[in-house]
Amino acid sequence: MVPVSCSSPAPGRLGRPALVSAALLGLAALALSACGAEDPLADGGDDDAGAEGGALVVGSQQYYSNTIIAELYAQRLEAGGHEVDRQFDIGQREVYMPELEAGDIDVFPEYAGNLLQYVDAEAEASDLEEILAGLEQSLPEGISALEPAEATDQDSFVVTAEFAQEHQLRSVGDLANVDEDLRIAANSEFETRPYGPEGLQEVYGVEVTLVPVEDSGGPLTVQALLDGDVQVADIYSADPAIEENGLVMLEDPEDLVLPQNILPLVSDSVGDDAAALIEEVTAELTQEELNGLNAVSVDDQASAADVAADWLAEKGLDEA
Amino acid sequence: MTHLMEALQWVLSAESWAGPGGLGVRTAEHLWYTLLALVLSTAIALPAGLVIGHTGRGRALAVLSTGAARALPTLGIITLAGLAVGIGLKAPMIAFVVLAVPSIIAGAYSGVEAVDRRVVDAARAQGLSPWQVLVTVEVPLGLRLILGGVRLATLQVIATATLAAYVGAGGLGRPLFLGLRNHDYAMMLGASLVVIAVAILVDALFIAALRILRRIPGIH
Repeated sequence: MVPVSCSSPAPGRLGRPALVSAALLGLAALALSACGAEDPLADGGDDDAGAEGGALVVGSQQYYSNTIIAELYAQRLEAGGHEVDRQFDIGQREVYMPELEAGDIDVFPEYAGNLLQYVDAEAEASDLEEILAGLEQSLPEGISALEPAEATDQDSFVVTAEFAQEHQLRSVGDLANVDEDLRIAANSEFETRPYGPEGLQEVYGVEVTLVPVEDSGGPLTVQALLDGDVQVADIYSADPAIEENGLVMLEDPEDLVLPQNILPLVSDSVGDDAAALIEEVTAELTQEELNGLNAVSVDDQASAADVAADWLAEKGLDEA
Repeated sequence: MTHLMEALQWVLSAESWAGPGGLGVRTAEHLWYTLLALVLSTAIALPAGLVIGHTGRGRALAVLSTGAARALPTLGIITLAGLAVGIGLKAPMIAFVVLAVPSIIAGAYSGVEAVDRRVVDAARAQGLSPWQVLVTVEVPLGLRLILGGVRLATLQVIATATLAAYVGAGGLGRPLFLGLRNHDYAMMLGASLVVIAVAILVDALFIAALRILRRIPGIH
């Protein structure tokens, strides 16, 4: 029997365009998955070195801004003659705090308020001073906090400039006068946070409905705000997207959101002179500087190491 | 083991199922998203797959591109689509369709191709038009493979529909994300267990449906 007309064409004839289209799709897939600016292998070289040989282990959260700060500490320590082992992009406090306690990590950039709430869930501190006092009491043995920086990076209530103007908004409390339903884009945990819908209602008399967008104040959250899908968004205060999109961060006079000043957390292996080096970085880390660092990272897609090196050189901190 | 017990306890407590944000509503949303994604992707992929199977044209392209499309990270598509069309159900729906289409296309053309060529030739010799050959011969005889593709796509979408919650839609992803963010691992694991249960139940329905179909004469 003669083969029917619907047999497959010879593979060789369709091979080339098919391969090209497959390659293009493959590239698209790669582009989609390559969200971060950093080469994940760049700082992986000596990850397994551990804390041996007197090297100070510097860790960071899986958050680009936190990694930049860790890189600042690391490079400053290196400039001061210390050996440094980088253990970056560690997910959550549940994971890295035990490592700090065990002495496997020596230096970690932290955020004052969240750190206190982690080590003491019952803490009732409301300003930076009380937070530091609370940390003094509650930090586990072997870990201490150095002086906090002026810069903070915290959840903040952000609206568009038009919305702020239309309703004359300056502080979070002014939202109570807005005569429409308020929807806020934030991660789902916003629902249960002290500064969530309940806290807003209690402290400022503001009623909001949560629209959970799970990218931690990232591009989707910003887009939802710009599109008018939500009226308010929870965006980290040091996010360059706020300035770039002309967004307005509402003041929080009642400290509903705990101050999250950048705070170097160190283990006992960090001696006085290493601590002094870290504090030199802290002293320069104003809000403006932190926002600038984040903006360079996001806009130029520069690696944390490059961003940190440029900044330290500019401040004259790249040499002992 | 304690995590698992706590998760089961959470799933089995009446409190978790009640209310507008309870598991009952979330499961219904989850099933609705799955159904919607399947209707949309079947509408796109089934005709395409049948045509490829019937004519044999574009087969190599279909094999390669559906294979490559399966490698697309769904979360990446949701984020990209979300930036373009905003938050809500549209962006995840686009991603689910992209996820489901390759399996349905592959099932459809393999189903048609698997039909004995002699039967197809006989049908054509009887004077059946290409359309009649497709509808009365190729589709009924290849139905098991064709539905197999839909079944596979269904499982994939049920397992992935949790990501709808990433951009403000509902579904079983809500308790999953909430548990993750709040370190409430009983809730997180519990929500995953419900997703698994839904997937198994729906798959069992498919198996039952296929069994019934097999009893109908002329269908394989």
